[in-house]
Amino acid sequence: MTSSQVWQLLISGLTIGGIYALIALGFSLIYNATNAINFAQGEFVMLGGMITAASSSAWDIPLWLAAVFAVVVTTLVGLLLDRAAIRPARNAGIVVVIIITIGASIFIRGLASIIWGPDERPVAAFSGDMPIRLWGGAIAPQSLWVLGTTLVIAVAMYVIFEYTIVGKAMRACAVNPHAARLCGIEMSRMITWSFVLAASIGAIAGIVLAPITMTQYTVGIMLGLKGFCAAVLGGLGSGLGGIAGGLILGVLESLGAGLISSQYKDAIAFIILIVMLLVRPRGIFGKPGGEW
Amino acid sequence: MAAETVPEPDEHAEVRATARRRRAENIQLLCFFVLVALIPIFVRNPFHLHILIFIGLNLMLTVGLNLLMGYAGQVSLGHAAFYGLGAYTSGILTATYGWNPWLGMLAGLVLTCIVAWLVGKPTLHLKGHYLAMATLGVGIIVHVVFRQWTPVTGGSAGLTEIPSMTLFGYEITSRMHVQYYYFVWAWVALTMVLCANLVVSRPGRALRALHDSELAAQTLGIATSRYKVRVFVLTAAFASIAGTLYAHSSMRFLSPTPFDFHTSIALLVMVVLGGAGTLWGPVLGTLTVTALHEVLRPYTNWDIVIYGLILMVLMIAMPGGLSRAFGSIWGWITRLAGRGERDDT
Repeated sequence: MTSSQVWQLLISGLTIGGIYALIALGFSLIYNATNAINFAQGEFVMLGGMITAASSSAWDIPLWLAAVFAVVVTTLVGLLLDRAAIRPARNAGIVVVIIITIGASIFIRGLASIIWGPDERPVAAFSGDMPIRLWGGAIAPQSLWVLGTTLVIAVAMYVIFEYTIVGKAMRACAVNPHAARLCGIEMSRMITWSFVLAASIGAIAGIVLAPITMTQYTVGIMLGLKGFCAAVLGGLGSGLGGIAGGLILGVLESLGAGLISSQYKDAIAFIILIVMLLVRPRGIFGKPGGEW
Repeated sequence: MAAETVPEPDEHAEVRATARRRRAENIQLLCFFVLVALIPIFVRNPFHLHILIFIGLNLMLTVGLNLLMGYAGQVSLGHAAFYGLGAYTSGILTATYGWNPWLGMLAGLVLTCIVAWLVGKPTLHLKGHYLAMATLGVGIIVHVVFRQWTPVTGGSAGLTEIPSMTLFGYEITSRMHVQYYYFVWAWVALTMVLCANLVVSRPGRALRALHDSELAAQTLGIATSRYKVRVFVLTAAFASIAGTLYAHSSMRFLSPTPFDFHTSIALLVMVVLGGAGTLWGPVLGTLTVTALHEVLRPYTNWDIVIYGLILMVLMIAMPGGLSRAFGSIWGWITRLAGRGERDDT
């Protein structure tokens, strides 16, 4: 294995890691607001990619317009999920909420298979397929799009949570829901915001990933689970942790698949998850505790 | 003196009420198993018996999960892995190495308990749902191993020619489904009676105490995490036995698919839908989910959409699960009936 091959693995690992990071952010957002794990998070990613692929090929609209359309529709799905299914079960306990998100993910995946069929769909790369040569490796422009998007969203999240009222209110709810309510913060509105943000970030992740891996109605399952591993690795509920966890997971998975065994690629993220739970259960940046 | 003795009858009343409920539950269990024993007289169709055998196997898994969730307050997202470990260990040892299936069952049991203990021991000592996260990981890793370790497990193509089980030198997994039906449901009965008794025993009371308040249980001197680990390993053991029974059923074939993440999720759904922490919750949940799948099967593609929708609606409408919803409806009816009687007199 030459150093340029390792460099190549590192690039592809960082690319997929950026996607895991975005998915992890979605998990943490909803976890902070509801204390529950949203098993439909992967379906937001699937919807982003599938709606872009389907609408750009069916209506012959430019890719950017299809992407905007996909983000809007997926965000509405997130909003609807909160209003129609999560809000009515608010007092029902966390396991019930989790089962509802499982039901939602089955429902969304089923509808996607009926609307778009079982085929894999391609999405054109945003700025061509001409790889950029760098230090003896080749970077696909789409990889730069993924990493750039991850960076932009990370900065945007930082700004939202540090400088806007809604962001500060959401942080307050995560720290102490009772105290937040005493200050006049409406909990259910914060939960709605978390679903809206998680759905739109998930959709964006699905859109920038689609040109690299193609997209299919089933992609949400594994992406969602690995994004969850990334969230736990970085510390569930921590934004910075989600980004770091995603990138680390992506790189380790890519190196593990390339250097050790590609057959067991899908197991690597979960082995890392278990090792982390044994060594440092709260994650790299997580707070102690970890109650759902 | 008289005033001091007043509270005493109340205490006895509570003890009597518990004893009465236990008796009622024992009678319910007895009726249930009499019914189960009578079913093959009416159901002769091998396909239907096959479904009933699978309901039995699923029940062994959900009864265990119910114990873990409803009484120990812990969630497992990887029970299909323990199910699969029981199935594959026995399947491989009997089909490839010619072991006796009973020894295969024992080997699967030992391996599963070791894995469950290794996962449960460190995570159950922590506060929070770390067991759920760890079992999710284990479930997927084990499934990937079943799929990829082709020389041993047969990979996606599966493991074939698994011999049938024998009991006193008598083959029970022949083409006759009735024999295997009774064999599997005997194991189910054993599991359910064991769980029902465990719940009212000292460990069971300790579990309920720690479910209500772990801190209070600890201050009463209950080693909460030790109980949680034991219950978790016990439920994994049930899953392993169910897996071995699956491996030696009339199909004589194993593939990785029944032991994937979706099965773990389906089992969790059965328990919560039925009502975690109740005696009949897992039974109702397992029957409902299995029936839903069978009823929806003809509606290709739409089946999972409808299933997902029904799941959401049921959980929103009945967050306590079917058994609690039925319980409150039943209580409502008996109260109405009771009031009617009193009005008459």
